[in-house]
Amino acid sequence: MAEQVRKNKQTPDRSEVTTEVTSTATAQSAQTKSDLDELLDEIDDVLESNAEEFVKSYVQKGGE
Amino acid sequence: MAIPKICGIETEYGIQIRGSESNPILASSLLISSYVAATSKKSDAQGINWDFCDEQPAIDARGFSYEDSFAPEIESHLVNAVLTNGARYYVDHAHPEISTPECRTALEVLAFDCSAEEIVRRSMKLAQPFLGPQAEMVLYKNNSDGKGNSYGCHENFLVSREVPFGRLVAQITPHFVTRQIFAGAGKVGCEIPGVSEREVPYQISQRADFFEEEVGLETTLRRPIVNTRDEPHCDPQKYRRLHVIVGDANMSQTATLLKVGTTSLILAMIEDEVMPVDLSLAHPVPAIRQVSYDLTLRQTLLLRDGRRMSALDIQWALLEMASKYSISHGLECLGGQDDGEQILQLWETVLEGLSGEPESVSHLVDWVAKKRLVDGYSQRHDLQPGDSRLKAIDLQYHDMREEKCLALRVGLDQIVADEQIQRGVTEPPDSTRAFFRGKCLERWPDQVISANWDSMVFEVDKGPLRRVPMMEPMRGSKELVGHLFDSATSLAEFLEQLGV
Repeated sequence: MAEQVRKNKQTPDRSEVTTEVTSTATAQSAQTKSDLDELLDEIDDVLESNAEEFVKSYVQKGGE
Repeated sequence: MAIPKICGIETEYGIQIRGSESNPILASSLLISSYVAATSKKSDAQGINWDFCDEQPAIDARGFSYEDSFAPEIESHLVNAVLTNGARYYVDHAHPEISTPECRTALEVLAFDCSAEEIVRRSMKLAQPFLGPQAEMVLYKNNSDGKGNSYGCHENFLVSREVPFGRLVAQITPHFVTRQIFAGAGKVGCEIPGVSEREVPYQISQRADFFEEEVGLETTLRRPIVNTRDEPHCDPQKYRRLHVIVGDANMSQTATLLKVGTTSLILAMIEDEVMPVDLSLAHPVPAIRQVSYDLTLRQTLLLRDGRRMSALDIQWALLEMASKYSISHGLECLGGQDDGEQILQLWETVLEGLSGEPESVSHLVDWVAKKRLVDGYSQRHDLQPGDSRLKAIDLQYHDMREEKCLALRVGLDQIVADEQIQRGVTEPPDSTRAFFRGKCLERWPDQVISANWDSMVFEVDKGPLRRVPMMEPMRGSKELVGHLFDSATSLAEFLEQLGV
């Protein structure tokens, strides 16, 4: 039943976390870290060179 | 039973001409005119004009009209075009704005929101030759300039007129305050005067700083969490259009789908009077900011009945009610069981992620994806809160130039196929009256005098002008009128077969 699957998750049961899950999570975390490093290398190339001027000159009128 | 949740999204884009004097109204006009001139099917290359006769933004859903309120003025002299995909593309105040056609499902409106981005990108390129050699037109799909000026991304939902408006406000407000935990686009800093970047270096929502009232008519000043504009653009005896101004413009397709899908679902539950748990907040206006500033997602909000719940708790409670509703009432109001189940599954996935390790949903949720960039870049370069480079990351996350857009680089999940996005630039949805509007514009562009959401005006064989009312959003679909477009050899024959 969907309502059983989607029971309130506000108090997760920490005792169910196994060593196996932890090591998988560590591997994933390392992968995520290297992805982030690659992404940050790219950001260095893509980010507007004069960030201060870029940000300062962006002024909009309120809308809606 | 709840009525079909016809929906649409209207997005105001930030606009700037870099390297030149930039008048935003002229820039917006140039942007849209360039696109209309290049794509119009009319023989004079002009666009189809918007018909303003139905616009009444000052009427309040609570049944009265404010004399002293700041109801939006209609700027009928500015560029205002209707496109063959059924969308409206126009200058609103000092921003270009695009409204998707009316859609039957959240997934469909997501696709047309993506097509709107594509229209904006094409428009930027088409406008470029009209600028000087050093100038560049740039648009941003965000909601603030970081200096206290905000512009909106509004959703619209068809709601039964039978629902008392007071109950609607009471029951939807907890969702509007808390849905930002998955629909927030993230913002570096805070725009409340007197609040420093050290106090709020990063927040979940672009828009939370700008809401000052629980309920009201205004959209530009004293913005309310629930907007009361009562302008249904369809049969006012049967329907309301709930005009939602509280949301952020999303770069994440998942966030857009969930923002519209969860809201549609809760509105259906309100119509069917199936909201067994009262989640009314004691102080919704401070709560919307508290949620936006609480990156731990663990702070609790005071409910009117004295309980305390976090934004996550409230979202889990709403999901639980929605899951039960899907079993007891079905999900036809969302366009079918599959469409509805997709929303429920995604909703659960993001709440699971946010409840455990928020970074695990950086491919789904904008504020998490942006925060990951901001934090990573800060650490790498040892930057302090308030550094311009962090604000530049925030701005460029929403940059409509593909070569500069950071949201395109952070690994967000793509839900809508590229071919569908391209098709939606010119083709209307099959499912609503937008099909009728779009196909008439494509087929008889020189004979359409004007169009708006709920009518079109035609000139047939130099005779008197003929207005075709479209007061039912579901009529005019491909299923109902597609065969007439196929068989009619002229507009006169088409209108005759239509019986108008």
